[in-house]
Amino acid sequence: MRSNYAKLAIAAAVGAGLAISAGTAEAAKQGGMLNFVVGSKIPSYDGHKESTFGMIHPIRPFYSILLRINPSNPSSTTDFVCDVCDGKVPAPTNGGKTYTFKIRSDIKFHDGTPLTSADVKATYDKIVFPPEGIPSSRKAFFRMVDSITTPDATTVVFNLKFPSGAFIPAAAMPFNFIYSKKDLDTHGYTWHAKNINGTGAFKFVQHQKGAFVEGERYADFHHKGMPYLDGFKAISAPKLAVRVQAIRGDRASIEFRGFPPKHRDDLVKALGDKITVQESDWNCVLLATHNQKRKPFDDPRVRQALTLGIDRWGGSKYLSRIAIVKTVGGVVFPNHPLAANESELVKLNGYGKDMEANRAKAKKLLADAGKAGMTFELNNRGVDQPYKVVGTWLIDQWKKIGLNVKQRVQPSPPFYATLRKKKDFDVSVDFNCQAIINPIVDITKFLGSAGNNYGSYEDAALEAIYAKIERAGTEAEQRSLIREYETRALSDQAHIAVTLWWYKINPHRSYVKGWKIAPSHYLNQSLENIWLDQ
Amino acid sequence: MYKYIIKRTLLVIPTLIGAAILVFFLLRLIPGDVCELRLAGTGLYADPAEILLCQQNLGLDKPLFVQFLDFLWGYVVFDLGDSMWTGFPVTHEIGLRFQLSLQVALMATFVATAIAIPLGIISAVRQNTWIDYVVRGFSIAGIAMPSFWLGILIILGLLISTQAFLGEPWMPPIEYVSPWEDLGGNLAQLIWPAIATGYRYSAVATRMMRSALLEVLREDYVRTARAKGLVEKVIINRHALKNALLPVVTVIAIEFAFLMGGLVVTEQVFNLNGLGKLFVESVQNQDFNMTQQLVMLVVLIFVITNFAVDLFYAWLDPRIRYG
Repeated sequence: MRSNYAKLAIAAAVGAGLAISAGTAEAAKQGGMLNFVVGSKIPSYDGHKESTFGMIHPIRPFYSILLRINPSNPSSTTDFVCDVCDGKVPAPTNGGKTYTFKIRSDIKFHDGTPLTSADVKATYDKIVFPPEGIPSSRKAFFRMVDSITTPDATTVVFNLKFPSGAFIPAAAMPFNFIYSKKDLDTHGYTWHAKNINGTGAFKFVQHQKGAFVEGERYADFHHKGMPYLDGFKAISAPKLAVRVQAIRGDRASIEFRGFPPKHRDDLVKALGDKITVQESDWNCVLLATHNQKRKPFDDPRVRQALTLGIDRWGGSKYLSRIAIVKTVGGVVFPNHPLAANESELVKLNGYGKDMEANRAKAKKLLADAGKAGMTFELNNRGVDQPYKVVGTWLIDQWKKIGLNVKQRVQPSPPFYATLRKKKDFDVSVDFNCQAIINPIVDITKFLGSAGNNYGSYEDAALEAIYAKIERAGTEAEQRSLIREYETRALSDQAHIAVTLWWYKINPHRSYVKGWKIAPSHYLNQSLENIWLDQ
Repeated sequence: MYKYIIKRTLLVIPTLIGAAILVFFLLRLIPGDVCELRLAGTGLYADPAEILLCQQNLGLDKPLFVQFLDFLWGYVVFDLGDSMWTGFPVTHEIGLRFQLSLQVALMATFVATAIAIPLGIISAVRQNTWIDYVVRGFSIAGIAMPSFWLGILIILGLLISTQAFLGEPWMPPIEYVSPWEDLGGNLAQLIWPAIATGYRYSAVATRMMRSALLEVLREDYVRTARAKGLVEKVIINRHALKNALLPVVTVIAIEFAFLMGGLVVTEQVFNLNGLGKLFVESVQNQDFNMTQQLVMLVVLIFVITNFAVDLFYAWLDPRIRYG
């Protein structure tokens, strides 16, 4: 047993070391096919329309985006670099309202058409101002954009309605595939749902529906010398056990979403140093949302009691051994400069480290509200990791403050119907998973007015704080306002209880080099920097 | 015989209509829809207007009765529509998986028949001997053991044993190659699920073969044959087996039809891109159109199989065709 942990520790250390030194210590080798497994399905190829990693993992390598999180430093939450734009990511001008991007002139689409600023404009026009009847899943992320212009073939200008720190992260979303204006004009705005013509590191070869997507090296890729691979195959494998076995049996080299700790340990035990493990905090958080249309969850004392009853620090220590959750945090991704630090967190209801005191306070609040020992139902999603594990843990936590909670586990479609339409729940497990870490956009989840908020509440004071955050000029000002927002949303009003942030674990074959884990399974998937040491 | 065939063919039509009504309306009872799953399924912000637009594009905003008529009209004009999840034609999506499912079903049927008929005969002929007990134990184990569980054991067994003996773990391929492109690669993937499902399938058929043959061997005409001094081998092969095969053929045919669309869990265990996996995915995705067409396909396979069995019965047993 001890030797297993030792092996795991060695593998994790090797992985961490590689993550730091990849690309510098060893010279990348050209050639080879990368096989990887994907646990979700491809609805369509259109990045502007879809939201799933099932599309991002196999399709992103065919496309470029305007700018992106630095592939050599993807764990950074603020290190953005150009992809099709040239030089450095521009600083805003005109009082923070204008961003001028220079576009590289050496980029060609896979069909041979040169990429110009007109293609970038056409792409962002489709995302930000889609014509009627054309879906755009991230239109709301660009509320600050007023217009997009192209003074010349290598310049794109984004004019904002107001200065916003949320613009650059939104523009760097991995879903913002650059499409050819010619394709949009010739074939229409739905053509990309079933066809691919990008400027990415790989050219599309074939998609055998439900089985795999295959890509081959694009020789004219604009980041010279890359990609290193001859091609890749993204193999669909919905069952987690199959994905784990595929890596063990070397049918696939890597899975980019993440495995639970048990599977990491199994792989390390079976394969030793042939497996490298990379780990990271994950920009996904599991929440407990109270339905404030139902009594007694309209009473802040009851909501505060529920959040006080959750032992987050203990959960972080023990739950992380069996589930893909670990980090204690507030409304913002824990490693971001705008996130609360530990001394700020412990001031919030439910984050104090003295659980006896927390539970005593919770019991008193419940007694004051006349709801001591109450019974209610926790709505949960029928997905093991981490929903059912955390749901069961929550029930145990609430039992310790005298509550009797039953769990209603539903498959995804009825689970969503319960949250969005029927709203027939008391408290529900809820979640917030984002791609780029963009705190100003991500924290909208806690606003009663947000489309993905299912708490059925209105809080004008919280909305007012958010309006100030959106227009705050400096990071210090944003940080201070976000603390105010966090205190109101999580502690004073306790609209939603943040449980634990997810933890991403990527065990992969050690011969896979150059890929670095990011805090989101949507990021760093262009595959251009991966090489095989075989 | 022709009258019999026509009568049985006409009975297919109301069966299909009944199935169509059931599947269409039962599916709509499940809360949620494909658009919500697609746009909000990962927890990203989903604009309600986008969800509404998606529903309009897929025709989910139309009255239920109109949607049902559209579904039926598709059969009239031979247009089964598109998958609500991928947007590709349903016929294209099903066609891709059909070849694999058919091959696995045929291979499993071959495995099952190759095991069941000889073992069932041996077990019946050697009734209550140690051979019979071994065969019965083998077949009862097959019935008790779910094929997906056997599948998991097979994969783990392969991984562990190959690592122990060869130094590197090996498992069957997880992507399908057509037998016309690479027969070795194709068999390396499909032989294992064929064994896993064929074993359970054979267990049922072995039990049936044994009991049917035992019954036939007690018939007067077999006693007469023995009294005439015929060799036992001839009695079994020429006189008893044909009659004993009637219920076995039924079991084999129904199992074959089941395998075409019912290998739901086994396909997931071996990562086979077959009809069963497509079934699960379309239900999970609330892809109504795909699920409807898959159910209708499975109903059609069952109807055709039963029809073929009835004809086979009629051929085997003259009392049926003249009855």
